[in-house]
Amino acid sequence: MNVLELRDVHRTHGTGDTAVHALRGLSLQVRPGELIAVMGPSGSGKSTLLNLAGGLDRPTRGEVRVEGRVLAELSHRGLAEARRRGIGYVFQAFNLLPSLTAVENVALPLELDGVSVRKARREALRSLADLELTHLADRFPDQMSGGQQQRVAIARALVGPRRLVLADEPTGALDSETGEAVLRLLRTRVDAGAAGVLVTHEARHAAWADRVIFLRDGVVVDSSGPLAQPEQLLAVPGAGA
Amino acid sequence: MSIKFGLLALLERGAMYGYQLRAAFEESTGGTWPLNIGQVYTTLTRLERDGQVRSLPESDAGQRPYEITEAGRAELAMWFATPISRTDRPRDELAIKLALALTTPGVDVRAVVQTQRAATMRTLQEYTRLKAKSDASTDLPWRLVLDAMLFQAEAEMRWLDHCEASLVRHRPAPATTRPESAPATTQPAPAPSEEEARQR
Ligand SMILES: Nc1ncnc2c1ncn2[C@@H]1O[C@H](COP(=O)(O)OP(=O)(O)O)[C@@H](O)[C@H]1O
Ligand SMILES: [Mg+2]
Repeated sequence: MNVLELRDVHRTHGTGDTAVHALRGLSLQVRPGELIAVMGPSGSGKSTLLNLAGGLDRPTRGEVRVEGRVLAELSHRGLAEARRRGIGYVFQAFNLLPSLTAVENVALPLELDGVSVRKARREALRSLADLELTHLADRFPDQMSGGQQQRVAIARALVGPRRLVLADEPTGALDSETGEAVLRLLRTRVDAGAAGVLVTHEARHAAWADRVIFLRDGVVVDSSGPLAQPEQLLAVPGAGA
Repeated sequence: MSIKFGLLALLERGAMYGYQLRAAFEESTGGTWPLNIGQVYTTLTRLERDGQVRSLPESDAGQRPYEITEAGRAELAMWFATPISRTDRPRDELAIKLALALTTPGVDVRAVVQTQRAATMRTLQEYTRLKAKSDASTDLPWRLVLDAMLFQAEAEMRWLDHCEASLVRHRPAPATTRPESAPATTQPAPAPSEEEARQR
């Protein structure tokens, strides 16, 4: 079954002459073990797509399903629970709570979900360790660099059993080595059975995905799956020219 | 790239004779690809044999213009619609192809850019997969080779983004010669909206 499915989704902001059509009939299916990258110029609807997939926004028309359930049909509580349990987000603004340490920030979604403090802390430490952030566990956000905060936010998005991971330019504040490490981690998590949607303007990051879709003006203009025979690409480019 | 497609693209603008073709070809390629008139005529002869161009009656000044045929037009459309493979690419072909796409009537340049982008993205995906599979401790030389190819493909993606952004800002006036003879392209892409143009 698809973890995420969008069916002919439209999202319009405003009405009449000033209406902005952020998405115009987008359909998308993401299965477990599949990582989708979304690329497109600024304003093409990438963040709108992620917000809809995460239940932070509702479509004007069409349907968004997570694990088969139509998000718009869930109660406020049902939606909050689905978000906390099943969906991990990394956003452009990483919004850690300033009054909590790194490990407390990462443990928060689990605690909100009723996991015991001790167990939540253990899982949070594991998630931090995955990102090689153990040494930052007891620091507060204002004691960390932007890149460090970003990685803590990623640890938080990946903590616990997430079925759907949504990331909007998650590598923005990171140097290229760290950015690559984050992608590797995302890939590992998806390979273990989660579904992922990654918005990025970096082609080398999008390249970690199984499928790359290109948005323009709120519609998919193209998509790129893997080639059948990677061997074909092994000749060094330009060598035979 | 073969001279053939360059000549076909130029003839799509209108009938031309050999010297005109040579001048227009050199102009299109920014003088980076000088042709001699012999190459032009050999290519035209081959194209005529293959039914892709046809020669017209000689002018009073003794010049014989050529025009593109339906078969030639189909061949040209196919070229524009097919991404260039990275394996055996003379590095400049893509740039020249886009330059010609811009000045050839009826070609949807954004569709040409997007076709290439999807193909280059696929290449990047494969290199990335190979790199992810390789072992960081034992495969360093191999990983460096992969990195080199990754960077090249990545640079090409950036350049394609740049081309597209420039296209949105600058829409050339529609060509005046033979507007009716538009070769089909891969996909109908809508003209950029005003909104999008503003956002860039
Ligand atoms: N709350 C909003 N109100 C009005 N317009 C919006 C709102 N959110 C997004 N938009 C518009 O929708 C379009 C898509 O935005 P977005 O999804 O943020 O694009 P991207 O993430 O690709 O840059 C843009 O034109 C943007 O200005
Ligand atoms: Mg955005």
